[in-house]
Amino acid sequence: MSTPTPPTRKSSNPVPNKERIKMPRQHMPEQLPQIRAHKFTEVNLGYSAELARQEALRCLECAKPTCTRDCPVGVKVKDFVQLIVDGDFMAAAAKIREDNVLPAITGRVCPQEDHCEGACLLCKKGESLGIGYLERFVADYEQQHFDAKNIVKAPPTGKKIAIVGSGPSGLTAAGDLVQKGHHVHVFEALHEVGGVLVYGIPEFRLPKKIIREQVDIMRAMGVEFETDVVVGRTVTIDELLEEEGFDAVFIGTGAGLPQFMGIPGEHLNGVYSANEFLTRINLMHSYEFPKYDEPIVDFRGKNVAVIGGGNTALDAIRSALRLGAGKAFILYRRSEAEMPARIEEVKHARQEGIEFQVLTAPLEFLDDGKGWLAGARCQKMELGEPDSSGRRRPVPIEGSEYVVPLSVAVIAIGTTANPIVQSTTPGLNTTKRGYIQADENTQRTSRKGVFAGGDIVTGGATVILAMGAGRRAAKGIHEYLMSGAW
Amino acid sequence: MFKIVHAQFIAPGIKRFVIEAPRIARKQRPGQFVIVRVNEKGERIPLTIEKSDPEKGTVNIVVQSIGKTTNLLNSLETGGTILDIVGPLGKPSEIENFGTVVVMGGGVGTAMAYPTASALKQAGNRVITIIGGRNKDLVILEPEMREVSDTVFVTTDDGSSGDKGLVTDRLRQLLENGTRIDLVLAVGPIPMMRAVADMTRKEHIRTLVSLNPIMIDGTGMCGGCRVLVEGKSEFACVDGPEFDAHRVDFAILVQRNTMYRDAEKRSLEEYKREVEQKQTPNPAEEVACALEGKR
Repeated sequence: MSTPTPPTRKSSNPVPNKERIKMPRQHMPEQLPQIRAHKFTEVNLGYSAELARQEALRCLECAKPTCTRDCPVGVKVKDFVQLIVDGDFMAAAAKIREDNVLPAITGRVCPQEDHCEGACLLCKKGESLGIGYLERFVADYEQQHFDAKNIVKAPPTGKKIAIVGSGPSGLTAAGDLVQKGHHVHVFEALHEVGGVLVYGIPEFRLPKKIIREQVDIMRAMGVEFETDVVVGRTVTIDELLEEEGFDAVFIGTGAGLPQFMGIPGEHLNGVYSANEFLTRINLMHSYEFPKYDEPIVDFRGKNVAVIGGGNTALDAIRSALRLGAGKAFILYRRSEAEMPARIEEVKHARQEGIEFQVLTAPLEFLDDGKGWLAGARCQKMELGEPDSSGRRRPVPIEGSEYVVPLSVAVIAIGTTANPIVQSTTPGLNTTKRGYIQADENTQRTSRKGVFAGGDIVTGGATVILAMGAGRRAAKGIHEYLMSGAW
Repeated sequence: MFKIVHAQFIAPGIKRFVIEAPRIARKQRPGQFVIVRVNEKGERIPLTIEKSDPEKGTVNIVVQSIGKTTNLLNSLETGGTILDIVGPLGKPSEIENFGTVVVMGGGVGTAMAYPTASALKQAGNRVITIIGGRNKDLVILEPEMREVSDTVFVTTDDGSSGDKGLVTDRLRQLLENGTRIDLVLAVGPIPMMRAVADMTRKEHIRTLVSLNPIMIDGTGMCGGCRVLVEGKSEFACVDGPEFDAHRVDFAILVQRNTMYRDAEKRSLEEYKREVEQKQTPNPAEEVACALEGKR
């Protein structure tokens, strides 16, 4: 997008390879746990330029970089890290942008240990390169020095594309397509752009300002955004194609429907889905009630449990702590080893004083006699044989039932497909569980000109996997629009 | 930003807004609703669509002042704006020729029942409408309902218009008279809908109620509006808002609607205090205005 990047050339890293292995990973400066546990401001403070260059010097500059191989969007890590060593941070940002249009976001929320950092050769000798931290540094630097004049776009193609949903997959597809010269219009159901990035991820992990700035860059690139449109209700996919003149549609509506456990007491006051709880906090600013109007139940001094072990569960319990919960704990039915959350989030949560009650499953929520939650009857579990997810299956231990006193419970056990678009788009094939069927390479659906990607295809996954799908879809859409062949 | 083309009180504390929202106007079907956010710091609340005009691109919503947001909304005038309106949400009413349909509206619920009554009439049904309120002033849309109904009964708690009593009293009379009823649609306060359900259950008359629990997104994402329907969770925003009245757990609905009672009370009190402060004239300001000849 911005300044053209120089061709790959010899590294300017003065540190010999065998010395690099000995260099320690630079720590991310962060707010003190005892302070941050009471406020919603961002935990990680970001590398300084000096820390970033120190960390960048550790890169082994592999001939065949496994980091790029394992990145769902294929960020050229070695190249951008070399540019940090050179001190050319804007060029580093441009290098990332070739493959990732939301670097300030992925630098913060991507599970790097499962992708680039997990594949980093430095892992074998010690700690991986801090790729996420470096990406975040470069993206934030770019943000501060962004100049719309530097935007380079392909000549207009005259093609119009509708993107349904402004979450990670939609934004990525939009960013890639606008750079190819297409006219891109993004529809969002809520009043703010960003989808799950806005309603799902709390301020202390991903500040709203960062999302707004990334979206503003996309606006500057020419992407149009229209909020308050529920595609399927306010307008249908067919109307977009037939009446509003769009040549192609990308559906990136996410896996928005919260799952409940189906146990007694889930309708008690004080029992939330993670989606509702986090939406109140993140989108509606309930933690600032009554300055903001949307209320939240009083957490102060209360016992709060979140059921689940993913990033959403940790976001929820750490939010509960910040609302003043007296005791905040995770109830997870498997062991800590099976928890799908990012390592850094678990570490941060523990530092802040979150308790983990693992191998525990609630059987029933208990009523205080007035319709409010009083506790949960729980059961201890042990691990059995691996299940279809490859993780060891939790098996109930007979006679291990006990009661946990609780005032608030948040259910964070996953989400399923939101059916609004599928049920209003004839001929759009779905799986048995209601997800949209799409080609793994082109993201094409059963309907001509209609593409889909992200959680609405795969089921609940991560930001970066959705972004990978958005990229593939952008490529698929571009090829379709340029060739006309379906 | 959505423009208020026209705003007018149609009863004490009940205001009708005609709002420019072409996309919603084009798609709205009877039984659907919108979610509104008044300003940047506002909450999202579901509101009734009375009707829409696809050609003019306007929708009518009817709002009763209850909490802070509805009071704030009802302070807005013609020419003003509402920050966000999204819709139409929820499943449209099922419209076909059922035979004889009784449409019941309690208070502001009549606004929600009106478009469905109108569509049912057009579909060839015999439409018997029973609308009510605490007193004469709080019975809304009576002329509109008369236009789309074969018969209209009005009830008021104090007898200031129509029969003295409740809408359910009139329904009971119809049942006792042996009137053949194929479907009942009831929209209003929860106790009214629950009473209708109890009454028609014995007679095995299919009965629908339009529910209005606490909502945020209105697209099925948050699950806050979950309703217990025959022991199963359903979402009022996407599975409803109309449900089979005989399967709804009204006790849970009442209980969940009280979840934020304290917070709602506090919001309303603070809002009223703010309004009062604004209305209390500041002597210094008055003098300044007088000097400038503004008054």
